[in-house]
Amino acid sequence: MRVMPWLHCLRGVVGRELLRFLHQRSRFLAALVRPLVWLFVFAAGFRMALGVAMTEPYQTYILYEVYIVPGLVGMIQLFNGMQSSLSMVYDREMGSMRVLLVSPFPRWYLLVCKLLASTLVSVVQVYVFLAIAWAYGIQAPAMGYLYLLPALLVTGFMVGALGLLLSSFIRQLENFAGVMNFVIFPMFFLSSALYPLWRIREGSYLVYQIAALNPFTHAVEMIRFAMYERFNGEAVLISVAVAAVLLVLAILGYNPSRGMMARKGNAG
Amino acid sequence: MSETHDATEAQLALEVRELSFTYSGRPALDDVSLAVRAGEFVVLLGPNGAGKTTLFSLITRLHDRRRGEIRIGGFDVRRQAVQAHARIGAVFQQPTLDLDLSVMQNLAYHGALHGMSRGEAKSRALAQLERVGLADQRRTRVRRLSGGQRRRVEIARGLMHEPRLLLLDEPTVGLDIASRRDLVAHAHRLCAEAGVAVLWATHLIDEVRRGDRVAVLHRGRLLADEQGEALTARLGVETLGEAFDRLVGDEEAACE
Repeated sequence: MRVMPWLHCLRGVVGRELLRFLHQRSRFLAALVRPLVWLFVFAAGFRMALGVAMTEPYQTYILYEVYIVPGLVGMIQLFNGMQSSLSMVYDREMGSMRVLLVSPFPRWYLLVCKLLASTLVSVVQVYVFLAIAWAYGIQAPAMGYLYLLPALLVTGFMVGALGLLLSSFIRQLENFAGVMNFVIFPMFFLSSALYPLWRIREGSYLVYQIAALNPFTHAVEMIRFAMYERFNGEAVLISVAVAAVLLVLAILGYNPSRGMMARKGNAG
Repeated sequence: MSETHDATEAQLALEVRELSFTYSGRPALDDVSLAVRAGEFVVLLGPNGAGKTTLFSLITRLHDRRRGEIRIGGFDVRRQAVQAHARIGAVFQQPTLDLDLSVMQNLAYHGALHGMSRGEAKSRALAQLERVGLADQRRTRVRRLSGGQRRRVEIARGLMHEPRLLLLDEPTVGLDIASRRDLVAHAHRLCAEAGVAVLWATHLIDEVRRGDRVAVLHRGRLLADEQGEALTARLGVETLGEAFDRLVGDEEAACE
């Protein structure tokens, strides 16, 4: 089997996603403004009410703004993953999914290319956000920014695959608002993105239990530890496993004979 | 015996055999058989909802929970998906170009999806754009092209990987009369010059040209499959429109 055509395919899919991203400045701006508003407005306001006592992986007492940054990184990826996976199928983009799927390469490979492409777009967004946070004074160790990269790839695949899976079988979630209410917000709020788990536990044991089970919590912790040059084995293991399972399910969902695509059909 | 069988199979750009597909309990395609030879132009004629798009979705394997067999240039779309897919070019009913990207960027993307290097994709795209008369628009953003031009770009894209079969699903929707005529003429030229087999789905009878083979699809069943003139003669009517009404009318009567 020749390798080059496969690489050309990957280059094409990634290149297109990056080009589209560059052309859609409003999408980039929205993706950037969202976490910045959280950081500058929400976190700055909470700073008075909520300092964070010494928690792993931090070496000292930290400001709330410092605590919230990894969660916001996760949020950027969550939004981006959902957006690109869902827009691919719905809206006027149904066509572009067809263009992708008539390629002679196997479908699993096309979907992996697509997920990698949207993940890389989210990585660009994350580093721009972190650069602004750096300028604002929230600075992680230099190597942390490098260790962060693999964590971002795992999280990107996880949320992207989740979006693909949703898009393959849930017809009611055709608009983004629905996904926001029923997927993004619960995943984000019921996680350790905004408050440490021990803090949530003090508030409500039930919410704590949900947050501890939420895969997004583990993705955020993986990001948080990586940023501070630490390796959280449990978080990495769970995140990778969840990403792998979601990826397999998404690929099955797009299998033409067994998956949900077949059930959805297409009249006309 | 088997050798001659293989030889004829290889000449068939598309072979659909006893194809049935059920969509939410309702048969969308019912025992459809259809063959298109290289260089042949076949009009798949049927009202909206007849099953034309479903047939195309099954050929391109967007889904394939079905009974029956589909072969492209002799390759089974299920078991030899890679070879079969590489021989199909498709223009879908809904526009599928990226409006914010240039014509060339759109075509380069398609080339990459077919495993072409950057240089190869570019030269092939240019050749096809010249054929549809849009080579000097290659740097234009698709958003700034007219509907007819966009369709021609999609046809150029569909032919970049030199498929043996070109599928067009109601490609003239939303086009003015002149663009429609141009597009029909262009597709015929492709057949004659490049030997591409064309399956052209439409509900517009006036897109059928003299000498075209017409396959009439209605409610998922193939009611006729022969040259337009032969069809009208057989049914003893003057025009293809009357022939269509007669076929569809008989079908309705049979249902009641």
